[in-house]
Amino acid sequence: MKSIYDNEMKMEFLSKSNNEAFARITVAAFVSQLDPTIEELSDIKTAVSEAVTNCIIHGYEDTEGLVKISARIFANTVEIEISDTGKGIENIELARKPLYTTKANLERSGMGFTIMESFMDEVEIESVLGIGTKVKMKKMIKKSPLDEDAKELVSLGGI
Amino acid sequence: MNINYEKEDKLLYIEITEEIDHHSVDKIRGKVDNEITRYMPRKTILDFSRVTFMDSAGIGMIIGRYKMMKLIGGSLEIQNVNQSTKKILEMSGILKIIPVA
Repeated sequence: MKSIYDNEMKMEFLSKSNNEAFARITVAAFVSQLDPTIEELSDIKTAVSEAVTNCIIHGYEDTEGLVKISARIFANTVEIEISDTGKGIENIELARKPLYTTKANLERSGMGFTIMESFMDEVEIESVLGIGTKVKMKKMIKKSPLDEDAKELVSLGGI
Repeated sequence: MNINYEKEDKLLYIEITEEIDHHSVDKIRGKVDNEITRYMPRKTILDFSRVTFMDSAGIGMIIGRYKMMKLIGGSLEIQNVNQSTKKILEMSGILKIIPVA
């Protein structure tokens, strides 16, 4: 099989809250091959953490299920899909609104989707009640000017 | 978590030493609340210098402690947040109500 992407990975794990750190660290390690800045990497870690937390506390409502993550790299863009087969979102528009939460009693801030949207370039949500939810996020990793200079030097035979 | 209480100034200083997410936040919240109810401080300072990661779970935790301090007639301050935590705090509007040193 020849992939149309430069690289791909898939993982799945139980919807246990101690997997939140595992998920964001693993995705960050995969993305690091694009040589992101510390800020870009931390944006991705935060967005992944939010999406995985949503699967665990909203999708499965603390029952046990599988959270799936797949990530693909194409040129300098990373695409991350995080999905559950939990209860689904009734009203996606409402769920995306800043400060909207159905779990205020748990001191949830309702900022999860807002953070994903501002830390990633694109966020798509697909959800079917009783079937599950999939969040697809994209982020372009910007080439640092330093890298370009270095490449030019190499091409000029400077190094 | 490192805790220091200055009796004279009724100042409770708490250094959070772990990553803050949905998984860890319950334990952090429980410990902080314990210290606040034990000392009933005039001011609580949460030091973030050793927090390497925080997501939206931290927002709820901070707002909750802010409300708690207000309830007992005190105040809450946040110290030494890193760049990405600051971004999240800014987004949530917390910076408008809670001083960050």
